[in-house]
Amino acid sequence: MSAAPAYGEDKGGSAGPGEPEYGHDPASGGIFSSDYKRHDDLKEMLDTNKDSLKLEAMKRIVAMIARGKNASDLFPAVVKNVACKNIEVKKLVYVYLVRYAEEQQDLALLSISTFQRGLKDPNQLIRASALRVLSSIRVPIIVPIMMLAIKEAASDMSPYVRKTAAHAIPKLYSLDSDQKDQLIEVIEKLLADKTTLVAGSVVMAFEEVCPERIDLIHKNYRKLCNLLIDVEEWGQVVIISMLTRYARTQFLSPTQNESLLEENPEKAFYGSEEDEAKGPGSEEATTAALPARKPYVMDPDHRLLLRNTKPLLQSRSAAVVMAVAQLYFHLAPKAEVGVIAKALVRLLRSHSEVQYVVLQNVATMSIKRRGMFEPYLKSFYIRSTDPTQIKILKLEVLTNLANETNIPTVLREFQTYIRSMDKDFVAATIQAIGRCATNIGRVRDTCLNGLVQLLSNRDELVVAESVVVIKKLLQMQPAQHGEIIKHLAKLTDNIQVPMARASILWLIGEYCEHVPKIAPDVLRKMAKSFTAEEDIVKLQVINLAAKLYLTNSKQTKLLTQYVLSLAKYDQNYDIRDRARFTRQLIVPSEQGGALSRHAKKLFLAPKPAPVLESSFKDRDHFQLGSLSHLLNAKATGYQELPDWPEEAPDPSVRNVEVPEWTKCSNREKRKEKEKPFYSDSEGESGPTESADSDPESESASDSKSSSESGSGESSSESDSEDQEEEKGKSSESEQSEEESGKRKMKKRKKVAEGQGEGSSSDEGSDSSSSSSESERTSDTEEEQVEPDSWRKKTPPSSKSAPVAKEISLLDLEDFTPPSVQPVSPPTIVSTSLATDLEGLTLTDSPLVPSLLSPVSGVGRQELLHRVAGEGLAVDYTFSRQPFSGDPHMVSVHIHFSNSSETPIKGLHVGTPKLPPGISIQEFPEIESLAPGESATAVMGINFCDSTQVANFQLCTQTRQFYVSIQPPVGELMAPVFMSENEFKKEQDLQAGH
Amino acid sequence: MIHSLFLINSSGDIFLEKHWKSVVSRSVCDYFFEAQERATEAENVPPVIPTPHHYLLSVYRHKIFFVAVIQTEVPPLFVIEFLHRVVDTFQDYFGVCSEPVIKDNVVVVYEVLEEMLDNGFPLATESNILKELIKPPTILRTVVNTITGSTNVGDQLPTGQLSVVPWRRTGVKYTNNEAYFDVIEEIDAIIDKSGSTITAEIQGVIDACVKLTGMPDLTLSFMNPRLLDDVSFHPCVRFKRWESERILSFIPPDGNFRLLSYHVSAQNLVAIPVYVKHNISFRDSSSLGRFEITVGPKQTMGKTIEGVIVTSQMPKGVLNMSLTPSQGTHTFDPVTKMLSWDVGKINPQKLPSLKGTMSLQAGASKPDENPTINLHFKIQQLAISEGLSYLLLLLCGTHVSLLQSAPVSG
Repeated sequence: MSAAPAYGEDKGGSAGPGEPEYGHDPASGGIFSSDYKRHDDLKEMLDTNKDSLKLEAMKRIVAMIARGKNASDLFPAVVKNVACKNIEVKKLVYVYLVRYAEEQQDLALLSISTFQRGLKDPNQLIRASALRVLSSIRVPIIVPIMMLAIKEAASDMSPYVRKTAAHAIPKLYSLDSDQKDQLIEVIEKLLADKTTLVAGSVVMAFEEVCPERIDLIHKNYRKLCNLLIDVEEWGQVVIISMLTRYARTQFLSPTQNESLLEENPEKAFYGSEEDEAKGPGSEEATTAALPARKPYVMDPDHRLLLRNTKPLLQSRSAAVVMAVAQLYFHLAPKAEVGVIAKALVRLLRSHSEVQYVVLQNVATMSIKRRGMFEPYLKSFYIRSTDPTQIKILKLEVLTNLANETNIPTVLREFQTYIRSMDKDFVAATIQAIGRCATNIGRVRDTCLNGLVQLLSNRDELVVAESVVVIKKLLQMQPAQHGEIIKHLAKLTDNIQVPMARASILWLIGEYCEHVPKIAPDVLRKMAKSFTAEEDIVKLQVINLAAKLYLTNSKQTKLLTQYVLSLAKYDQNYDIRDRARFTRQLIVPSEQGGALSRHAKKLFLAPKPAPVLESSFKDRDHFQLGSLSHLLNAKATGYQELPDWPEEAPDPSVRNVEVPEWTKCSNREKRKEKEKPFYSDSEGESGPTESADSDPESESASDSKSSSESGSGESSSESDSEDQEEEKGKSSESEQSEEESGKRKMKKRKKVAEGQGEGSSSDEGSDSSSSSSESERTSDTEEEQVEPDSWRKKTPPSSKSAPVAKEISLLDLEDFTPPSVQPVSPPTIVSTSLATDLEGLTLTDSPLVPSLLSPVSGVGRQELLHRVAGEGLAVDYTFSRQPFSGDPHMVSVHIHFSNSSETPIKGLHVGTPKLPPGISIQEFPEIESLAPGESATAVMGINFCDSTQVANFQLCTQTRQFYVSIQPPVGELMAPVFMSENEFKKEQDLQAGH
Repeated sequence: MIHSLFLINSSGDIFLEKHWKSVVSRSVCDYFFEAQERATEAENVPPVIPTPHHYLLSVYRHKIFFVAVIQTEVPPLFVIEFLHRVVDTFQDYFGVCSEPVIKDNVVVVYEVLEEMLDNGFPLATESNILKELIKPPTILRTVVNTITGSTNVGDQLPTGQLSVVPWRRTGVKYTNNEAYFDVIEEIDAIIDKSGSTITAEIQGVIDACVKLTGMPDLTLSFMNPRLLDDVSFHPCVRFKRWESERILSFIPPDGNFRLLSYHVSAQNLVAIPVYVKHNISFRDSSSLGRFEITVGPKQTMGKTIEGVIVTSQMPKGVLNMSLTPSQGTHTFDPVTKMLSWDVGKINPQKLPSLKGTMSLQAGASKPDENPTINLHFKIQQLAISEGLSYLLLLLCGTHVSLLQSAPVSG
């Protein structure tokens, strides 16, 4: 918008009666002639160096903006203050800039450098706010600067800045859609982000920029599902609706087999109803019973989505509840959809606007799945305080829910409604009664009688509406209702509403055989008052006359001719046309004989009864909960909800999917652990804890990994990390190690991904590239790459189903050092069986060689970092031998090396703090360790078959260090050799006979 | 997403506008005014109005229309929920949300709106965070600000936005640590002419006011959690813990918040603690009608019923009413035909009643509809849903010196 029209608007606004404060406001005061000077005082105030004056001026300017007045001529004065020290002035200047920069692009450029400086600020919040304003000012010239800033911010350390970057993407896109490709790259990167803060915003950006690129979601699908519960409410809504679309393209329809299985859909209705009645406990039961009942196997990822969204039905946000409800409606098997009913009914207690939207959706759902809402019938009863639009929607739902069993209560309820004072509502109620009557044959007569009684109502509107509905009902079975038609005929004297009069006339004409005596009389009366009637009535009079002429020409011939003559000179051309047309048809003349022979067939053809159906029928082809559904018209930017894939989903898609997901499965499982907030049953650890990484469990996962990756891994890591930071505490250093590892990991993944999306032909190059990468990091890693590539050449013979082989290959390829991946912290104690097994599988294959040469020092773990230990570095390995002293103990080799200048004396274990059951056999005290020297000692630990942490102190003469060892499950097992028969015997024993 | 927001008062003046993307001319509101005219009452304005280029989504609260302008597909509840959140935030900031208050605090309102949305997508909607960004005005602060020239904008940066507990501000300190929980239950019933209950629903909320130092982790367990079968939680509550153990475990926001709300379904019939005896008759011939209502308590377990207000929409034919209440005050608006009677407390010994005559339109036949009577009342210290009481509040992390509770129901 340019300045000129805005200015005009300003004047218009000021003239309006709604701005009484206009005169008092010096900022906008003044009449047109003094226009040039009108903001002089504000300019002056802005030019002073007093912050308080500046602030006052800015406040007045912002107040002007808020009232919709034009303040654009102050731009130069305001923009000067963009670098003001005072934080509030600065904020208000930002507000001003965002509002007017678009109009004054050249001047706005003056402020850019300030933001660019802000982008480099050490404080993340300042970086974020600079990016936010920079991306909001909508000046096309700075698109490259914005692009650069977004790219940089997308890889910022702070998740908050990354979130802001995600927000900036749609802004840039709307400014310049040519940047789409680059922006998609950024989105792809941000989609991989693991923090909840970013997830919602980036999906929002995805939806705005490239909703069609569903392929970007594949890799992040599981992560999004798992993070969902901790994302803020607004993000949840966006993610859920995106995932609904995604699932529609990727999974099989859960109802497909169902319909084959249960031919009678009615049965399914009642099934879900029963489930409902059982209460909250039954939800689990249905889920559990489901697989047993159907041969259809749901994709585990489909199930994951349903499982993870279900708790969100208890969100306080109506939008989230609605989003989950539509997801279940569109994706869940019939038996499970029922769970959403309760939550939706709860929303009916909310604000009336929320009710309005929810009822619209319930109306659509209740047509498809009636059983779902039947138990809540009474919740849809109308309150006298409801606004009319809510009442009408509730009626709609009640009508949809009415069936043979509950119709008496519903009708009784309707009777009360008819006495309401709200006439629109009464009319709608009568329509609803009509619909109930058509839908449920049993009550048709009762309804009809009720409606006939209404004909004697004093309110004409009620009578008229009843007539219209009765007309429709009578069409279904006219023969038995001659009496009613007679009754209606009598009404023509009193009733004035045109629509009702027309309906009565049509009825009499159509069924004139049933009322042969009355019909001509009605025509006589109508002919008398013809000129005074409404158009719609006149047409029906002509119609009636024609029909009577054909059936009873003796009595009505003259009347008909009279009516037609009147109509011939009517003011309305429709009526003149109709009269001419009718005359030609019915009155035989010389030329027009051909048609008039068929006149009876034309006029008195049996007509099908009208179908009274809900206006919400077939609305469910729109995604529920969407604006388009509400309006029943496609809104701009609406994404069609795709149909389920026809047959089994495209196998090639699945093929890409399976390895993709198994690849992540590993990581995902841990991901779950990271979010104990919801997804883990050990609810004790709050969200705070999940954020702090836990050094102990970290070391555990490390130990798991390095047991596979050969030796020295951790020491090489710690080397690289030395240069990075020099911290005092061991826990911290471990944490940072994890971080540096993560970064490395990312790099590697990038390389692996860059080359061919997991197609097997590229595998060789992949492994080579990743190995070269790892060479750079540390020499020792070579050992671990080696077995990998070896494995590729000779596929493992064990459990070698072809699919499984492929998986494991890809697995290795992507995770090149799958073990090194220092996954973000699992919970304190990894008691979950899943992780245990995971540990097993990871350590499984490399274990074979190491069993043969047990002491070869596999998997060296860091116990004490040399910085933390003031020169003393301690590593440990599990030697995988029973401890000689006690067969229940695991022997642990401890390697000490002294990198300090002075000898370390008197190394021993001091006062261990152990969980119950765990015991330690200390190693003999090491007298002295000279500088540069290293020594090895063996100690035994009885972990008591658990993965609990053994904490103890490592003491020198001068210092004490607290250290801990947590064993991976794999290390707690002793190798046993047995013959196949023995193995089978053991196996039988395990089966629990 | 949300393009612009217009605040419109009941007389149709746009008194505030805010744009998050390019400016949308305020003439777009003409479509809204059209719809407003068509709807006879303010509540009947459709919440979603399509216009040729935009969609207008509105909520009506505190006699103000909050009209959001959107351009593309977006879940309507998303916008409506956000608008309600805006109103709640204003209420939280200024105590009341009314046109004069918004006009007085226009700068703060504008700043708050600026923080709540970024490019139309919600950014910071938690009141804890917003209050850290922009401090709510108090009388004291206004005085101090005018003297010292300091500001309402928080000088420290809002760290809460960065934490994993976005609803709680950091560095909270209190000398007195206290936590209050109010249980408020509402019963909502439709009762027919003869006094039998057609449907009754119980809706309850637990509102909390927690003033605790640091990052407290609270655990709240209930005597009979099975009552809460349909619950919605504040985002701070851990779903999983509730599902497995029926224990509320949460890190609370600082200050007032709604911990949970629950809904006891219509299936189990509820005893309504109050009854109304009515005798309203219109006579066909005369222009006078008789009107008499009596309110009395029923199954209140010895608690007094307070704050009783009876309202009734009389039929159009009623011209005026001359009534005498045995207690309280009553008004009748001859234009809207709304009768309202503020009863106050019910004394079981002497039941309040309202008696008198109605003058009807001469010549008109008797109205065939019966007026509906709405009755509002409050009962302290009574739980309708048969005793939802909480057992134990455990606190981890910080020391609490004082713990109080005041269950209320009504």
